[in-house]
Amino acid sequence: MESNGDDAARIVAELETLKSAKSDIDSRIRALEAQLRDLNLQKPAVCANGSCHSGGSAVGSALAHGLSPDMIYRYSRHLLLSSFGVQGQSKLVKSSILVVGAGGLGAPALMYLAASGVGRLGIVDHDVVELNNMHRQVIHTEAFIGQPKVKSAAAACRSINSSIQVVEHQEALRTSNAIEIMSQYDIVVDATDNAPSRYMISDCCVVLGRPLVSGAALGLEGQLTVYNYNGGPCYRCLFPTPPPATACQRCSDNGVLGVVPGIVGCLQALEAIKIASAIGEPLSGRMLLLDALSARVRIVCYQLVKIRGKSIHCEVCGESTKFTKEQFKNFDYENFTQSPLSAAPLKLNLLSEESRISSSEFKEKVTKGEPYVLIDVRPGHHFKIVSLPNAMNIPLSTLEGRLPEISSALKEEEHRRSSESSESPIVGLYVMCRRGNDSQRAVQLLQSMGFPSAKDIVGGLEGWAREVDPDLPTY
Amino acid sequence: MHLTLEFGGGLELLCDSVKIHNVDVELKKGLEKLTMKDLLAWVRTNLIKERPEMFMKGDTVRPGVLVLVNDCDWELSGQLETTLQEKDVVVFISTLHGG
Repeated sequence: MESNGDDAARIVAELETLKSAKSDIDSRIRALEAQLRDLNLQKPAVCANGSCHSGGSAVGSALAHGLSPDMIYRYSRHLLLSSFGVQGQSKLVKSSILVVGAGGLGAPALMYLAASGVGRLGIVDHDVVELNNMHRQVIHTEAFIGQPKVKSAAAACRSINSSIQVVEHQEALRTSNAIEIMSQYDIVVDATDNAPSRYMISDCCVVLGRPLVSGAALGLEGQLTVYNYNGGPCYRCLFPTPPPATACQRCSDNGVLGVVPGIVGCLQALEAIKIASAIGEPLSGRMLLLDALSARVRIVCYQLVKIRGKSIHCEVCGESTKFTKEQFKNFDYENFTQSPLSAAPLKLNLLSEESRISSSEFKEKVTKGEPYVLIDVRPGHHFKIVSLPNAMNIPLSTLEGRLPEISSALKEEEHRRSSESSESPIVGLYVMCRRGNDSQRAVQLLQSMGFPSAKDIVGGLEGWAREVDPDLPTY
Repeated sequence: MHLTLEFGGGLELLCDSVKIHNVDVELKKGLEKLTMKDLLAWVRTNLIKERPEMFMKGDTVRPGVLVLVNDCDWELSGQLETTLQEKDVVVFISTLHGG
């Protein structure tokens, strides 16, 4: 056993050394690639592939559309499309597109935009790559876990297409930096995951006059539309009043099938490419709704009561309103939508100190053998993933109707204990959930329904994994 | 009047997780037409099983819900005053924000 431990330690140490060497080499490669790109940009484009044609008439005429021999070969299948052709590709290589969010939507969008030859591709994100991103954020690889998503996504885009410029904006988009960042691009792709960001990005696109390709996905459903295109409606024309914060579900709470944002992200790349190359009919004034479970795609029309397509009454892009850069910078989107710009989990604090107990205190009571009943108020499909031993699953939504079950569990435990010793024991009632929010709501309910001693286990299963048992799976 | 009602974007969770409802809505006595206002009241009474505030606010839908009558925004047909016809398809979709 001991030699096993030694082996493991040696392997871990060697892995660390190799990873550190690899990271040094990677950054050196990136620096050299950047240098080379700069040098190539200074030379005439035809020399980029090393086979320098010296100004023959054929090459001279080929250059009229601005595509180098390398580009002609790389994008040949685009050029063969009569409806796209050299005109479409030339526009695309001269265009610039900003993708906000390198997550489930941004991953495929960025890969296709890089591959298609968008001249300058910007990526905004402030997050790092995590293992639970991998099932849907297919642009990232395991080697980048723990590193900024922007770095990971940019490296992937460059490895797909080293001839385009990839710009990294490793920061959260805010009203303070949005105008400066977004104004550097022709088209914006909203691949974010929260309501305030969506309002902020749409408003900024109106202020700057940029078309916006907006996608969203949750569970097994997706939505896609193009805002502020050629006088068309903006996000606020459609949704002047934000939804209640409780109606904004997040992938980290409600789940998402990996391929669903993948499909929507691909469609976002498609719409952005159509706008950049000026082909076809963008999805403006219409919305595509994807219901993956029943394999239904529906395209609905929302062209509003209009003056040139916009809502007359829109507070941002309407006929009689003028939303200025100053107004934009001072607008509080978090207050407007009553939800945070980053998708950080909510942390409620509803109960008094004496109604709460830490995971380690609870663990101590269990170890000491004190009698207790533990209620886990997560939904049943969460409980199936992982739960603590002896926990009873009563989902919060059903709690009120199942109080008798709690009473009898308490009585049963009391009966069992009193048969073991002569004293009549006091049975503790503890409530837990995933992160410690629903358990507080449950304790409030229990205390008002005749269980005054109910206590919330602070931080839920995640707290337990942090404080007591690091081997407990988290999700 | 026979109608097809669809709920999406999470609104189906309010009606037993069923997305498509084929329903027959009877006209109130003395009335000759069914408007969206009448239909919303009917839906709230007959289909919404929990948290009605996640579907309605006042006599209309809550902010963030798109209403489509035969695949077109109800803004185009008169919102609450929209008159429904036999076999119309009415879709209620909550806007998504995830990604």
